[in-house]
Amino acid sequence: MKLTFISAMLASLLIWKPTVEKESFEPYTETIPNTKHKFEMVCIPAGKFLMGSPANEANRNEDEGPQKQVELDAFWMAPYELTWDLFLVYQNRELEIDPQKAVDAVSRPTKPYVEMSFGQGKNGGFPVCNVTQYSARSFCKWLYLKTGHFYRLPTEAEWEYAAKAGSKTAWSFGDEAGQLGEYAWFFENSDGAYKKVGQKKPNAWGLYDMYGNVAEWTSDQYTADLFKNLKDGEKFSLKQPKTLYPITIKGGHWDSDPQETRSAARWPSSAKLKQRDPQIPKSDWWLTDAPFVGFRLVRPLHEPSKSEIEAYFAPPPKDK
Amino acid sequence: MKDINRRNFIKNAALATGTSVLATSPFMSSAFYHQSADEIKVALIGCGGRGTGAAFQALSVKENVKLVAMADAFRDRLDSSYENLTKGKAGARVDVPEEHKFVGFDAYKKAMQLADVVILTTPPGFRPIHFEEAVRQNKHIFMEKPVATDAPGIRRVLDAAEVAKKKNLKVVVGLQRHYQTSYLETYKRVIDQGMIGDIVSARCYWNNDGVWVKPRQAGMTEMEYQMRNWYYFVWLCGDHIAEQHIHNIDVVNWFKGGYPTQAIGIGGREVRKGKEYGEIFDHHVVEFEYADGMILNSQCRHQPGTVANVSEHLIGTKGKATEGRIMDLKGNTLWRHRDRDDINPYQQEHNYLFNCIVNDIPVNDAERGAMSTMTSILGRMATYSGKKVTMEEALASDISLAPEAFTWDTLPKSLPDENGFYKIPVPGKFQAV
Repeated sequence: MKLTFISAMLASLLIWKPTVEKESFEPYTETIPNTKHKFEMVCIPAGKFLMGSPANEANRNEDEGPQKQVELDAFWMAPYELTWDLFLVYQNRELEIDPQKAVDAVSRPTKPYVEMSFGQGKNGGFPVCNVTQYSARSFCKWLYLKTGHFYRLPTEAEWEYAAKAGSKTAWSFGDEAGQLGEYAWFFENSDGAYKKVGQKKPNAWGLYDMYGNVAEWTSDQYTADLFKNLKDGEKFSLKQPKTLYPITIKGGHWDSDPQETRSAARWPSSAKLKQRDPQIPKSDWWLTDAPFVGFRLVRPLHEPSKSEIEAYFAPPPKDK
Repeated sequence: MKDINRRNFIKNAALATGTSVLATSPFMSSAFYHQSADEIKVALIGCGGRGTGAAFQALSVKENVKLVAMADAFRDRLDSSYENLTKGKAGARVDVPEEHKFVGFDAYKKAMQLADVVILTTPPGFRPIHFEEAVRQNKHIFMEKPVATDAPGIRRVLDAAEVAKKKNLKVVVGLQRHYQTSYLETYKRVIDQGMIGDIVSARCYWNNDGVWVKPRQAGMTEMEYQMRNWYYFVWLCGDHIAEQHIHNIDVVNWFKGGYPTQAIGIGGREVRKGKEYGEIFDHHVVEFEYADGMILNSQCRHQPGTVANVSEHLIGTKGKATEGRIMDLKGNTLWRHRDRDDINPYQQEHNYLFNCIVNDIPVNDAERGAMSTMTSILGRMATYSGKKVTMEEALASDISLAPEAFTWDTLPKSLPDENGFYKIPVPGKFQAV
């Protein structure tokens, strides 16, 4: 408790912590300077897990195996998908308490011509959607400049490890799709829209909406043969994507059928997620055809070097 | 030679105005096209982001299409558009030599002459003169909404639309919801099958953060500044009730099968107070009344940090409908559209246009586009003036917002004061009609 408190205090005092400082590994709440917003982070312990799905898992796809053991360092993960409330403050600097104090060293999303929540709701806890990978990473950069903490998208392995939360079944709660409604908003119960985050049951590690609601960006380039090339026991590391598409999206969403939400299910991004952008060049910031893709923050326990962080925030390859 | 045949064909078809024989003439059959494998030449008039997008879609249809000419008021806009189009997937269908790139206010006329089909995507204030000229030159047309910004402009479009119909020209307007599967499926159930009974009330919204702003650069004439920052000037954009919210108002008109007869409204500038935002409002709330007394409540707003909503809702005697969903009166979903494999409506409107051209299927969205544009102008007249305005008097209005001439040195009618601020309409005092 005491450590949690100190950690939260440190975060709220906004002290830029040098990367060498030994970090206490406790859940905490990050308050974002010059805004009225804060968000929680929970601890995901270092460990090993079997990534992918077993050959006998119902409805599995070819690209989910063969399963490999993967080792991960500890990280924090947001228990909730990132909400519009927070993203809009980043998008519109005039929404910061004192816009004069707004961070200038980061570009902000253009104002989109269409309403990007597609009527699903923006205020009061709805997950952000329709944002590009670049948009999500730029948000993380803004957050990094604001808080001094390196927030980023989870790697594909981190995401799956967190979703499984120690389980070996199709979903963290078991293999029965019939139970999915207790944990997730998906086609059958969503009524065609995402819902405010955190209304369903969390998994064993305290993470909400890992399945359904909005699908979530990972940091990784999607390759169909990921598992064939993965060495058993390998430590999963952060790699920069080389092309804009495809990048792995995980977790399924409000319009998904149950099997698409399984922990091991993988979905490659494509230009189709932007096909209805009526302008050319198409937006770097908005997808227009993905009112079901959002993201969730992680923060590695051991912060990488400044240059590694900058490399992560480098602009991605362009649309063709 | 093929090209000449093609052009003669278009001309002949167009000259045979008003003849019902035309539609059944064997000369118009699809076989003609397939045998000749003739190329359809396209000109892009207005090379901004949307124009480039529309050209890309026109070049992505299955018919044999080629972009042969481009026109814009600004050379830099034309160049970036050309670059984007040539490097994109449709690049092989772009054949615009330097001498077919036209810049300036008169550029459109020359570009049109080289084409069979024209894409009109300049700021909306220019649409009436461009549409008129395209019809005069017997071209098939894709034009973006809104199609005008004032009543005289609407009347020109309506007149030209009649001529276009007689000339059998195909006209598609970029109100793409008419080409969007989720709306078409909803329409089937609401109107054809009567799932919600009689429509007794409607509401629609375009509430969002707002759009881009272009800063004034040193050395710009007032005309250039306004054209670069066209969104914030009524003669060019029509205000956001016309430029964006038209989509939602048009959907209600479409389902209602008619246009409002009068409107009252409230609007103003609450957050968009800087001089960089020109003269348009940042919110309008309009109550439109249709001939049978049905009320459409319409809202549009450009205010960051407020509730966002872009949608249309119909309330019927037996249920409610919105895009892709029908509910009973208690809100229980009766039908829902799952749009996983729907075709991009921006592509579909071009697929449809070119199919209509090749197979001589009549299509003319111009009147509908004009009347839905006029509905949004009626709403603006109501919010600017604070008075009740009827469609009849609105449509008859002689207030023209366009400048006296189109040159870089002409002063637009609305000018900034010594501090750079434009005069904002004051409800109760502003003469809108």
